[in-house]
Amino acid sequence: MTEKLNVFAVRTLTQKEYFAPGHRACQGCAEALAVRLVAKALGRNVIIASATGCMEVVSSPIPFTAWRVPWFHVAFENAAAVASGIESGLKVLMRKGRLPRKKIVTIALAGDGGTADIGLQALSGALERGHDFIYICTDNEAYMNTGIQRSSSTPFGASTTTSPAGKVKMGQITWKKNMPAIAAAHNIPYVATACPSYPIDLVEKVKKAASIEGPAYLHILSVCPTGWRSAPELSIKLGRLAVETGIFPLYEVEHGKYHLSIDFPRLRPIKEYIRLQGRFRHLTEEMIGQIEERVRKEYAELKEKAAKGVAR
Amino acid sequence: MTKPDSEWKWKELPEGTVMLEPGNADQYRTGDWKTLKPVLNKELCIHCGLCYIFCPDSSYNLDAEGYFIVNLFYCKGCGICAKECPTGAITMVVEEEEK
Repeated sequence: MTEKLNVFAVRTLTQKEYFAPGHRACQGCAEALAVRLVAKALGRNVIIASATGCMEVVSSPIPFTAWRVPWFHVAFENAAAVASGIESGLKVLMRKGRLPRKKIVTIALAGDGGTADIGLQALSGALERGHDFIYICTDNEAYMNTGIQRSSSTPFGASTTTSPAGKVKMGQITWKKNMPAIAAAHNIPYVATACPSYPIDLVEKVKKAASIEGPAYLHILSVCPTGWRSAPELSIKLGRLAVETGIFPLYEVEHGKYHLSIDFPRLRPIKEYIRLQGRFRHLTEEMIGQIEERVRKEYAELKEKAAKGVAR
Repeated sequence: MTKPDSEWKWKELPEGTVMLEPGNADQYRTGDWKTLKPVLNKELCIHCGLCYIFCPDSSYNLDAEGYFIVNLFYCKGCGICAKECPTGAITMVVEEEEK
């Protein structure tokens, strides 16, 4: 009886940790949690190329490493290029019989700066060439590692050190770059958004991406208590609120077909999410209304695409 | 066993700074970062494992009785487990030096 059901329980996950404790991420870092869940989902047969960013810095301060799987640090811009090289190398070694034929998953891991700003060119090239790898972007919405500078993934109105809120300007003046849509526009087999506040959903999506032949792109929203100026214990709650308010909807794009992972009949007011964060403290009611309008519009568009089940 | 990082000389580092021991960060104590520590009330615990799955520092481990027990060697005291516990079995208390 139970074999036919999908059981979604924490205990069904492996107890093994491939991202060891003792890494030096801040208290309540949801990005470290996201990476831990990704490593848990993938298991041992994996090679990770990690771009510069928070996760590279906290996991490998020499002479320590938090990784129990093959991992290496590459430059800021070329995580996708290195992952393509690894994938091609493995293919050749297996063809020549120097490695036994088995599934080895190649991962490129980068933050939002390494994906949306600096690594975009390498990512686009790797997606276009169709390498069989997974690109994972852990999006904490600014360059948190170097001290909270704005990136193109920073949302409208957020105060960072290079887009400070003051008398003249109210924080970031541009809107967040829609990275999953850019990845989906490459016509790749699998694009998904995930959030560690929904751990089983995240693990399932990583497993699905690993099982699919061809490139896959995963965009993971990871709350950063340091940069978002929020309390560390609220990390999970903020991720959940981002999904429930429609700011970061969870969806999958499989061969161009949109599918919402969770569909809410009514979205929560955006204020609940914004008022918990210090980076949005200066926002006026009018600006919150402006953000809410845009978020609702984007969510409606996404819902329409999911209803039609068509690409773009 | 890795030495503490302050005792390493640059000449001892392996070539290319390749780290030869996988996962040796687990010898590093992050537990002394915290001011608050989680305390579990076993009477209220329903064994759901949410503390375990939401812990960014993987400091919760399953014990023989089926409870998830925090390892204070790694716990950074963020308070996520206490916040997310559905029955309120975990509370954060100020960590004091034992006399």
